[in-house]
Amino acid sequence: MARAVTQQRKIINTTAAWGIGLLIFFPILWTILTSFKTEATAIADPPVFLAFDWTLENYTAVMERSNYAKFLWNSIIIAGGSTILGIIIAVPAAWSMAFVPSRRTKDILLWMLSTKMLPAVGVLYPIYLICIKLGILDSRIALVIILMLMNLPIIVWMLYTYFKEIPGEILEAARMDGANLKSEILYVLTPMAIPGIASTLLLNFILAWNEAFWTLNLTAANAAPLTAFIASYSSPEGLFFAKLSAASTMAIAPILILGWFSQKQLVSGLTFGAVK
Amino acid sequence: MATQHSRSAARIMMAPAVILLLGWMLVPLIMTLLFSFKKYLPMRGGDLGWVGFDNYVRFVSSSAFWPSVSATLIIVGGVLAITIVFGVLLAILLNQPMWGQGVVRILVIAPFFVMPTVSALVWKNMFMDPTNGLFAHLWKFFGAEPISWLSEASMPSIVMIVSWQWLPFATLILLTAIQSLDSEQLEAAEMDGAPPIKRFAFITLPHLSRAITIVLLIQTIFLLAIFAEIFVTTGGAFGTRTLTYLIFQRVLESQNVGLGSAGGVYAIILANIVAIFLMRIVGKNLDA
Repeated sequence: MARAVTQQRKIINTTAAWGIGLLIFFPILWTILTSFKTEATAIADPPVFLAFDWTLENYTAVMERSNYAKFLWNSIIIAGGSTILGIIIAVPAAWSMAFVPSRRTKDILLWMLSTKMLPAVGVLYPIYLICIKLGILDSRIALVIILMLMNLPIIVWMLYTYFKEIPGEILEAARMDGANLKSEILYVLTPMAIPGIASTLLLNFILAWNEAFWTLNLTAANAAPLTAFIASYSSPEGLFFAKLSAASTMAIAPILILGWFSQKQLVSGLTFGAVK
Repeated sequence: MATQHSRSAARIMMAPAVILLLGWMLVPLIMTLLFSFKKYLPMRGGDLGWVGFDNYVRFVSSSAFWPSVSATLIIVGGVLAITIVFGVLLAILLNQPMWGQGVVRILVIAPFFVMPTVSALVWKNMFMDPTNGLFAHLWKFFGAEPISWLSEASMPSIVMIVSWQWLPFATLILLTAIQSLDSEQLEAAEMDGAPPIKRFAFITLPHLSRAITIVLLIQTIFLLAIFAEIFVTTGGAFGTRTLTYLIFQRVLESQNVGLGSAGGVYAIILANIVAIFLMRIVGKNLDA
């Protein structure tokens, strides 16, 4: 009897959850489907769901028209560069906070987080002006640095929480065996820290890839990444749903795939370890 | 334990991150503060000298100020209400035994990874377009007059788009919190005859209160700063000009840096009030 009830409940749960899940996912699914339609099918009334002539013409059209490769390349350089630079700066900091904590470690960590809370718009003009003065407005290097600084607190924080979980006894044992600081980091800590570093890398790559304040405001023709490329479709150009969908699909597909791998890290990373 | 040597090494290792962040925080902040006390029009004469608190007074007394405050509050409040209510319900549902839980989780989390410009444009065109959008087709199917969402119902439309983006975040965090709930407590309550509503109100909800607070604070900080969603949908028209967008327009569109900077200082103060509460929670967690 009890089993039958749970079975029935399981069926209800499954139906409800899948229904809601598909509803939430629908806009993405619809975009992907539309990207394979012709422009005429894309706006057909009533809408066509699956039974249409699948075509790749939108993808070729987008690639030809807007120099998509350049935007993609900018996105990769900006997101990748800022993440890697951030990791290089954050690893030593997080390492020392986790393994040689002092009275001020907690304050420093909290202060770092507080810089993340500063609204970007409050410092828009100074950053804009500094970029002009240094001649790096609309350059990839400016965005690499800015997005690195923006995400540095999250990177330090995530690495700190991962490093904290490495037991200190292992370090002491290594020291007893005569390991110096260098070999301690190289042979003991690094192998244990690699999973943590990898997930930090992944999450911050995603955050940098999707960042849409600085990338929209500080770039023009040269350094614009995919966020700006998509925004350029906001001006009305007649019928363009299918091409918009193709461009959107290309911009989000790599991140959706990476994102699915990093959903666990997302929680601890974005709540600064407050929810585990 | 830690030797003097390792202490100084630690300090050196921390230095680059600390110095960079200090510069990133202080330099623009001080510049914004300075500009906010000046008449500064880069395109029309440049730096025209100190004006005291003029910009601060002008920013709040401009006719655009209060509408922008209310637009900001409606968007932040609306999105918070929707994402937290549905986030809690969805988290409870996803925590139940079912088939294909992993796949559903992936479907639900997906919108969070869509870049803001894409989600805004997809909603604007493919769903909310008054002639060719999916909603228009749906409305016509039921014999209703299609709505031009982003002009006639601009605020609800933006709240909806942003809620869609943030619901995954709320759900995922609440789900993580709910999974740490001791199921024996719920079973004991069930045995004692507590109905589902009471079990939810007296066991699940109190257990979630901390996670809800964190979602509330983090989302508030991000929602106060939303930009791309408004930039590509309405461009601040139809009553959707938030405080962030107003400052952006003052600074970059009308190039009135002094006025915009004063607005920026207000935005910074506002965000800091929220941040203080968030920091307390995070800080407490560090001690534990």
